[in-house]
Amino acid sequence: MPVHYPTGIHQEHIAVRSDVGLFDVSHMGELRVVGDDATAFLQYATLNDPARLKLGRGQYTMLPNDRGGLIDDLYLYREKEQEYLVVANAANVEADLAQLREVARDYDCHVVDESATWALLALQGPGSALLLGHVVDADLTELRKNATLLTSISGCPVRLSRTGYTGEDGFELFCHPTDAPIVWDVLAEAGATPCGLGARGTLRLEAGFPLYGHEFDATTNPLCSGFSWVVKDKPFFGREAMWDRSCPRRLVGLRLLDRGIPRQGYRVLRGAQAIGTVTSGTLSPLTRESIAFAWVDAGASREGTECGVEIRGQTVPAAVVKPPFFGQ
Amino acid sequence: MQIPDNLRYTASHEWVSEPVDGVVTIGITDYAQDQLGDVVYVELPEVGATLASGDAVAVVESVKTASDIYAPVSGSVEAVNEALHDTPETINDSPYQGGWLFKLRLADASERTALLDAGGYQQAVEKEG
Repeated sequence: MPVHYPTGIHQEHIAVRSDVGLFDVSHMGELRVVGDDATAFLQYATLNDPARLKLGRGQYTMLPNDRGGLIDDLYLYREKEQEYLVVANAANVEADLAQLREVARDYDCHVVDESATWALLALQGPGSALLLGHVVDADLTELRKNATLLTSISGCPVRLSRTGYTGEDGFELFCHPTDAPIVWDVLAEAGATPCGLGARGTLRLEAGFPLYGHEFDATTNPLCSGFSWVVKDKPFFGREAMWDRSCPRRLVGLRLLDRGIPRQGYRVLRGAQAIGTVTSGTLSPLTRESIAFAWVDAGASREGTECGVEIRGQTVPAAVVKPPFFGQ
Repeated sequence: MQIPDNLRYTASHEWVSEPVDGVVTIGITDYAQDQLGDVVYVELPEVGATLASGDAVAVVESVKTASDIYAPVSGSVEAVNEALHDTPETINDSPYQGGWLFKLRLADASERTALLDAGGYQQAVEKEG
């Protein structure tokens, strides 16, 4: 996937917020977990609870390490009673596989890397159901958020899920890599705007979604973030290091009160004192305000707290805000 | 990609206009704006500042990255394009006209003529691409 198509990041972003955008996210990894103990295994290996998933539904979850941090964040689909498809960040597939297979040794199940056999397209935006309805042989009005459906587009088998990473209504389409160009062309010809990695980044940030390697890493405790809802109170791998720990830092949203683009690694200041670090930042193409995620000292994490972001030696005033960063 | 014949260029993708009463206008090239993608922020030098050629004097930021802009020639800053603060995307839409960055009173006119001409810049870009 390119950073952007000739349209440019800004127009691609606006297309997704106002109409329909199309992303090729085939770089994402896909792992299959199968076996009599698959549910029990994933209940222990991940932080959310797959036992709560109805068949065909998906959930956002996380893969913990034994130090109170994360190896990856994941999307988990329950395909059968004891069979799951896991969508992982491309850069983490090897680490995810190693961890899952290690934990799976105590369970009757196995983990298969299917990354090479799946292409993944994302059709996102308020007009995506209408557009997709014209090209698939299925009733999409009944397909709820996080639900999946097997269908076909131009004769190509497609597994649809009503999910996405933009904060808009939308679908993710899993298909065979050789079919992906056909499916892509059908959707693009139906009017979806091709979108690249750049718009994917600005959209997810504006929507307040985290990205592993930015907001979360091996040292970040999700219980100290707005994503603590993912972590269910049950036995799980590494629980002792994560559960009931104090939070010296918290993950917050920042809105800059003056011009400047916050970027990963920039310092967050209160007076002259460094109180945190920006993990992602951008100019919101929609609101034209500069927005960011940052880990800051817990004492400075309350909504409305005034602080600053250091940009090339200058302190740009900022305030702690609650994501998402656009009106919902 | 546009490379107007009447301008001079640097290998770091700035352009310098012909002098008018000893003052040149400076911006970034069509190639540079295309490489950067959508520009979202600019930081400009202060009017009256004295610049030496090669100094990092401005910053153009796109969604992707922040890029330093270097003074292609020495001189003092006569004016800056304040309108870019509110509409930085003008650099993408019109890199050689509305998207100019700042105007310099030349300290030494020969510095300008020593820069690349349109043909020389074209070659520099082709090597990079």
